[in-house]
Amino acid sequence: MLRKLALSTVATLALVTGGAQAAGEGGHVENFAFSFDGPFGRYDQDQLQRGLQVFTQVCSACHGLSHVPLRSLANEGGIGWTEDEVRAYIDENFIEVYDPDLQDYRAATPNDNFPENTGVGAPDLSLMAKARLGFHGPQGTALNSLVNGVGGPEYIASLLTGYTGEEVDQFGSIFYVNETMEGGLIRMSPPLYEDAVEYADGTPATEDLMAQDVAAFLMWAAEPNMMARKQMGLLAVIILGVFSVLLYLTNKRLWAPVKARAKGITPAE
Amino acid sequence: MSHTEDPSGDRRDFLYYATAGTGLVVAGAAAWPLVNSMNPSLDVQAASQLRVDVSGLSEGTQLTVLFLGKPVFIRRSTQDEIEAAQAVEMADLVDPDARNDNLPDGSAATAPDRFIRPDGAYGGDFTAEGGAWLVMTGVCTHLGCVPLGDGAGDFGGWFCPCHGSHYDTAGRIRQGPAPRNLQIPAVEFIDETTILLG
Amino acid sequence: MSGIPHDHYEPKTRGEKWLDRRLPIVGLMYDVLMLPTPKNLNWMWIWGIVLVFCLVMQILTGVLLAMHYTPHVDFAFASVEHIMRNVNGGWAIRYIHMNGASLFFIAVYLHIFRGLYYGSYKAPREVTWIIGMLIYVLMIGTAFMGYVLPWGQMSFWGATVITGLFGAIPFIGEGIQTWLLGGPAVDNATLNRFLSLHFLLPFLILGLVIVHVWAFHTTGNNNPTGVEVRRTSKKEADADTLPFWPYFVIKDLFALVLILVVFFAVVGFMPNFLGHPDNYIEANPLATPAHIVPEWYFLPFYAILRAFDGEVWVVIAANFLTGGIVDAKFFGVIAMFGAIVVMALAPWLDTSSVRSGRYRPMFKWWFWVFIVNFFVLMWVGARPAEGIYPYIALIGSTYWFAYFLVILPLLGVIEKPLAQPRTIEEDFNDHYGTDHGKPGSGSATAPTPAE
Repeated sequence: MLRKLALSTVATLALVTGGAQAAGEGGHVENFAFSFDGPFGRYDQDQLQRGLQVFTQVCSACHGLSHVPLRSLANEGGIGWTEDEVRAYIDENFIEVYDPDLQDYRAATPNDNFPENTGVGAPDLSLMAKARLGFHGPQGTALNSLVNGVGGPEYIASLLTGYTGEEVDQFGSIFYVNETMEGGLIRMSPPLYEDAVEYADGTPATEDLMAQDVAAFLMWAAEPNMMARKQMGLLAVIILGVFSVLLYLTNKRLWAPVKARAKGITPAE
Repeated sequence: MSHTEDPSGDRRDFLYYATAGTGLVVAGAAAWPLVNSMNPSLDVQAASQLRVDVSGLSEGTQLTVLFLGKPVFIRRSTQDEIEAAQAVEMADLVDPDARNDNLPDGSAATAPDRFIRPDGAYGGDFTAEGGAWLVMTGVCTHLGCVPLGDGAGDFGGWFCPCHGSHYDTAGRIRQGPAPRNLQIPAVEFIDETTILLG
Repeated sequence: MSGIPHDHYEPKTRGEKWLDRRLPIVGLMYDVLMLPTPKNLNWMWIWGIVLVFCLVMQILTGVLLAMHYTPHVDFAFASVEHIMRNVNGGWAIRYIHMNGASLFFIAVYLHIFRGLYYGSYKAPREVTWIIGMLIYVLMIGTAFMGYVLPWGQMSFWGATVITGLFGAIPFIGEGIQTWLLGGPAVDNATLNRFLSLHFLLPFLILGLVIVHVWAFHTTGNNNPTGVEVRRTSKKEADADTLPFWPYFVIKDLFALVLILVVFFAVVGFMPNFLGHPDNYIEANPLATPAHIVPEWYFLPFYAILRAFDGEVWVVIAANFLTGGIVDAKFFGVIAMFGAIVVMALAPWLDTSSVRSGRYRPMFKWWFWVFIVNFFVLMWVGARPAEGIYPYIALIGSTYWFAYFLVILPLLGVIEKPLAQPRTIEEDFNDHYGTDHGKPGSGSATAPTPAE
């Protein structure tokens, strides 16, 4: 009975993993492999730096990142810059923030957040990687996301590479056909093309790579403490695991005489 | 029976001690992050230092910045002000201590130990011609009001309107109820036009 | 305490005597800790300790979160991000609090199901049961308001939907809704008061938990056989029980730590699995999410709420009979709260003289269908209200009510129970006497009527 249950569970899981829904009405998400996937996954610092470059040179024109402090670019477990590199980044990109005291814009300092950007109505990207469900469970059972994760960065990377090239005119606006976007249409024009960005380390900037790099960067932007979290998880499981073994043995020893008496045996020792 | 059988073996005791000990470790590991969350957060820690651009100051002008919740006066002192401060005898000072966080405790409130040189150092070789800056917390050491500056008071420096304390051109208390010279916080020049406070 | 003969606390030192004369707290603690507990309790009895742990954990993490959170519509969402990014270990405290709520509800459902199966709600434990139901309702209120605080899309729109339900009450509904919201819609007034109440309710829960423990200490714990502890002599009581400390403290602690291994694995490796991604989008009163879904622990009741739409015949009948006063919306609200009421009335609806489901062969089947139905309702509560899903929800809701209002009353009359053990000691010895786990031959026993 239990074996049958186990076998059918495995079969179901095999069916749903890598599950992509039918295209047409959107929802197609490719299960890109990210370096930070899984309980032992880690951010790839080089990828995060490339992703930051894509964000700065392509996305920040329309999208804000207003919950991310600039100084967090120097935090552990992330991009890995020094404070001077952060200041250089601010200077090179002329990053300005609105100061309510001055009632004017001024140059950003590391203790400010990235500026917000509502110019064209594009959503802020600070939490986008946590705000999208990439893997929908079969028939609402959440098995898919249990196995593959929530799938935010996979969704982002799929969306960026999911343009078919077609355009549609609706209500006077131009929409672009996109296989990932819910409903199949998106107002954002395809932002990436081959060599849109020249990577500092010389890596060829293919559309696929840029999409994954910026998705990884956005995952970091949404969850800068992921490395610390997984570390804590591992430590907690190990320490509590040891503790539970000790408690199991203590409990067993404690109850042994009681259970032995039930057998009518004199308790050993 | 309302008690366990008395353990006599070492093995039994070891298990109980090991379990209790691990329990303490777990409790400590759980408690520490909770307590630490009340320590200053990263944004507050980052605000423990402030960079100030002083390129706009000419001799005899000053600006005031809010740092760690208090005003800090940054003045580019004139030669006259510096010479006036140098001329004062230590014995005439109410408070002979330099009150300078950048110097060891007990340093004297001489002009070199109150004015910061353009090369970013206190003390040592000091002449009025080279120019100097006065950086100090603008909180009266009496009861905490903000003194008025720019040549105010009888000693050409600052005057506190609350209870009449007079500070001289080096921010030292000369007359009035305040007991100590105005405090000089941790400060350094990180380049020619930028001061780092804190 | 429970009428079970046992040793009492005797203050020995001068210090102890001094205190005992002024406030007998040591004696009280001793009696609580050394309570004679049925020795045959199984692993479904650990959830009480898990629940107390969750309450303490949520209060601790919650108080710390409140030190950094801002309950204003313009700053709430950003303050939660401040906690996640700037506060030392803030991300851990937030994720623990968030998933702690889920652990709290997993434990409470298992705790309640234990009570339903083993007849823990039956006399003389009705008051314990009612207090437990009150605690459960307060938990629901606390969790609902807590979810609004991050001010995400689901926070806002979930609050809008649920407070909108109060508007369905005839005549006084709109007034109540406006009073709850502090305005015409969910806004700053609502958010502020939700923080205040979210902070308050757990302490009311704490008080009720103390009364809950007092109540079942007065009656004595139930046990898997449903057979009462013998109280006629100390020797017999000792044969049926073991002191709570150390036997059940250590046993419960072991179970708790094992559960925490799983809990911290979830917090460490998949903290957002049970949540909804839409709540990482700041609340926008002008844009409704495609599918508004409550957190998983509310889904069965959400399914019941939505099941009774305008096409269901009983709703149409009620509408007609009350001259339009009870419409589909109000009916759904009544059904949703009624589901909990009907569960609270179990002590009086269950007519069986046998307490434990172990010895009730017919009851067992219906009970397990109830459990499966609970999960079916949970699943269908998250599905869109179209196609086959409303039918499934309706069938599931009907079974819920039928279980309490029809099946439990009938079973007591028509069921022929199995033989029960004479004493707890007998059950315990049977379990451990021969092969571990296999009930021993045991002497034939006559069914003992539940007291």
